[in-house]
Amino acid sequence: MKLTVWTYEGPPHVGAMRVATGMKGLHYVLHAPQGDTYADLLFTMIERRDHRPPVTYTTFQARDLGSDTADLFKKTLQDTYERFQPEALIVGASCTAELIQDDPGGMAENIGLPVPTIPLELPSYQRKENFGADETFFQIVKALARPAERTAQISANLIGPTALGFRHRDDITEVITLLSDMGISVNVVAPMTASPSDIARMGAAHFNVLMYPETAESAARWMERELGQPYTKTVPIGVGATRDFVAEVAKIAEVAPYLDESRLRLPWYSKSVDSTYLTGKRVFIFGDGTHAMAAARVARDEMGFEVVGLGCYNRELARSLRKLAKAYGVEATITDDYLEVERVIEALQPEMILGTQMERHIGKRLGIPCAVISAPVHVQDFPARYSPQMGIEGANVLFDTWVHPLVMGLEEHLLHMFRDDFEFHDAAGPSHHGGHAPAARGDGGAAPRPAASPRDISDPEKTGSEVGGDVIWLSDAEKELKKIPFFVRGKARRNTETFATMKGVSEISVDTLYEAKAHYAR
Amino acid sequence: MTELAPPPQSTGCRNAPILKQRGQREVFCGLTGIIWLHRKMQDAFFLVVGSRTCAHLLQSAAGVMIFAEPRFGTAILEETDLAGLADAQLELDRVVDELLARRPDIRQLFLVGSCPSEVIKLDLARAAERMTERHAPSVRVLNFSGSGIETTFTQGEDACLASMVPVLPATDERQLLLVGALPDVVEEQALSLLAQMGVSARVLPAPRADSDLGIGENTLFALTQPFLGDTHAALERRGARHIPAPFPFGEEGTTAWLRAIGHEFGVDEDIFARATEAPRARARKAIAQASDALRGKSIFFFPDSQLEIPLARFLTRECGMEAVEVGAPFIHKGIVGPDLDLLPEVPTLSEGQDVDLQLDRCRAARPDLTVCGLGLANPLEAEGLATKWAIELVFTPVHFYEQAGDLAGLFSRPIRRADMLALDGSAASPGQKYPGGLGSGPHAGRP
Repeated sequence: MKLTVWTYEGPPHVGAMRVATGMKGLHYVLHAPQGDTYADLLFTMIERRDHRPPVTYTTFQARDLGSDTADLFKKTLQDTYERFQPEALIVGASCTAELIQDDPGGMAENIGLPVPTIPLELPSYQRKENFGADETFFQIVKALARPAERTAQISANLIGPTALGFRHRDDITEVITLLSDMGISVNVVAPMTASPSDIARMGAAHFNVLMYPETAESAARWMERELGQPYTKTVPIGVGATRDFVAEVAKIAEVAPYLDESRLRLPWYSKSVDSTYLTGKRVFIFGDGTHAMAAARVARDEMGFEVVGLGCYNRELARSLRKLAKAYGVEATITDDYLEVERVIEALQPEMILGTQMERHIGKRLGIPCAVISAPVHVQDFPARYSPQMGIEGANVLFDTWVHPLVMGLEEHLLHMFRDDFEFHDAAGPSHHGGHAPAARGDGGAAPRPAASPRDISDPEKTGSEVGGDVIWLSDAEKELKKIPFFVRGKARRNTETFATMKGVSEISVDTLYEAKAHYAR
Repeated sequence: MTELAPPPQSTGCRNAPILKQRGQREVFCGLTGIIWLHRKMQDAFFLVVGSRTCAHLLQSAAGVMIFAEPRFGTAILEETDLAGLADAQLELDRVVDELLARRPDIRQLFLVGSCPSEVIKLDLARAAERMTERHAPSVRVLNFSGSGIETTFTQGEDACLASMVPVLPATDERQLLLVGALPDVVEEQALSLLAQMGVSARVLPAPRADSDLGIGENTLFALTQPFLGDTHAALERRGARHIPAPFPFGEEGTTAWLRAIGHEFGVDEDIFARATEAPRARARKAIAQASDALRGKSIFFFPDSQLEIPLARFLTRECGMEAVEVGAPFIHKGIVGPDLDLLPEVPTLSEGQDVDLQLDRCRAARPDLTVCGLGLANPLEAEGLATKWAIELVFTPVHFYEQAGDLAGLFSRPIRRADMLALDGSAASPGQKYPGGLGSGPHAGRP
């Protein structure tokens, strides 16, 4: 049993729904109680879809248990087929139905519908949403895709985008552009946009572009083995990764590499003098493995940030993320425990978080700016405007999105100079955020309006003064600390305390503060 | 008092036939109630014993609605709990100890049953008893089920309140108890109206566990929400007596509800008039303004919160709407009977649902406004049908006189909006199979 407040991933059948909802002509019959129908709102509200997800639930009740839940499943399957006439069906159980062991797959086979009916085994008490999506897509591909004659023109399948994916809609457009600039056409995009008959002709492509390992790696491996299609390993998020992707594709497809950089603005924006203030900003990165790893490279090599922590919530990518973290010389945080992520962030005191909607809330509480780089998604992550993460425009979007939450260049200095101005004081936060500035408090410690943590109503609010481990702040030093702008104050406090401990000093004076400042000067 | 609403054209709907179909239901489970209950009871924590799905539901429902400091969590069952490798009761003790150690301010802990915990027959009543002993007197531990195999949406609140009734101390005091979780501002208005009538009242749930609320044979209770069937039964078992009345939505409903209470407590007609005259006039005026867009318009209710029948009564009688279908997850005539008496005949009164068949009926009727859950709203909007998300009705202050105009406004806004928007073919193109479309990229600016 595990105590959970917020979760990064839903149950595996939600992953299956993401695949089914992205596709056309496929229907999912899910053995599940009525409450599980909540998942429809993920698609209709968060993603603003204009159709119901193609999912029919059996919605069994307590009184059905032990009598006719199996009959209910069979009837639902028959009725669903007749009503929706899909090209293919997937069938499975949610967590509750898994316990009553009705075997939807076996029952579906006995009924023998005239269309492919693909059983899903998704262990709800062991695995999670990304596994569910990956496994579902794999089973669909395995059941339907067959070797086929390659297309005359070099072509690729784009695999991985699903419903409710983080910017998948726009990434597809961007990747299609990258390929078409090299004269490569797109055979099938799947699961999103594909019908079962499209899946059947995936074998005609020369290779696969694995856009999101989270949702399509199993299928990519299977197609490599069974259909002889190599797949790309680079995810084109960021300038360097996009260039690498183009090189990798060129090699696989045996064409000349070509990348149209005429619309690429990130490199110049990052070199321009206003960006100097980005130098060495300490960032903590957390998300799904793919987006977190891509963000680390962009953060360090293309924005000039210092990566102080890196992590992901999906264990499937833990190994490669650990490796990367080691290369960056930081500890890897592999956890799906929101409270643990919060503890790590509190301890690291980064100047910025690149995370998910959950880290955005941690940031709000701690007064640390945050840009969202990964699922789990929120209605804000489906903007009306074109906003990819991949390719050329994706890189431009990353620059804007990551810089936006920060205090801008000269403003940093103005805050320092006029810190007592009644309107332009440091607690007001970045001026371009108006009234919605992050609620940073004087000492850079806990924000006044706590959010989303069980500790919020139990912990007495930190006093923020005097105590830092065994070190005591003298009142002059404490006053001096308050003169430091809020966005670096947390770091200054922490550095000074570390410095004091290192020097064996038990009281921090103004001198200690400035000695520490000199020590950590960069 | 001046003009009463016109009497119903017939004897109302109490004995009207009810359409009952069995198919897929499209409703929340009772766990959803935790989202508002945890805000209402400020020293309570709700621990769902369930699966990742339960945690995801709470988060997703909350993500759409609120995202603030939660006093709820999920003890997620894992493979070892199911395989019997770990004694689930011991595990639960461990999780609760961990939780209470971290949150010493908690005075009431609700162990909330879910579909998986019900199916594996995890005895949460036993756990609650054991934990109450263990953590007495600082924490009281209760249990109820919010499972989707037993409860629908607002029934979760019902199950929660019903679980609190047996442990209330006994009292012989003659008193009025208002039952149902209301937004604070609304609750205060109700108490103040009653005070002006000379009636003092207590409320269930109280904001804190240490209130001295008792119950007994001299307790009279009035429900403020129509979904409290089990709580109603639990209160009657303690000897309390229900005051049946239409629910306090709109000017007419509120007046009837207050009048029923006034009658029980012997409130003089003059005093009643003095207390209600001004707010009644305000409510009528506000409704008249807000319901302009509603007159003569048709409305279709999908089953959701059990508020459907009282709301249909308000919308048809006070806002001039015409109900095409009124669907409710359950129809408890002992509770909504007085509303049914007032409800003009409707073509279809339905209980439970087969969502696909109901959608067929809705599409055929093409009502001016459809009240439905979040899973159906955007798809129906895309078909050109204006909708009102039902969930807003349990989250927004809508009871009593001062909110009567707001209540009408909740329904008129989608209709006014549909009229206001001047977008070419404003209904989303139904041919589009997924948002954005492959062709919708930024081709402008490409060489």
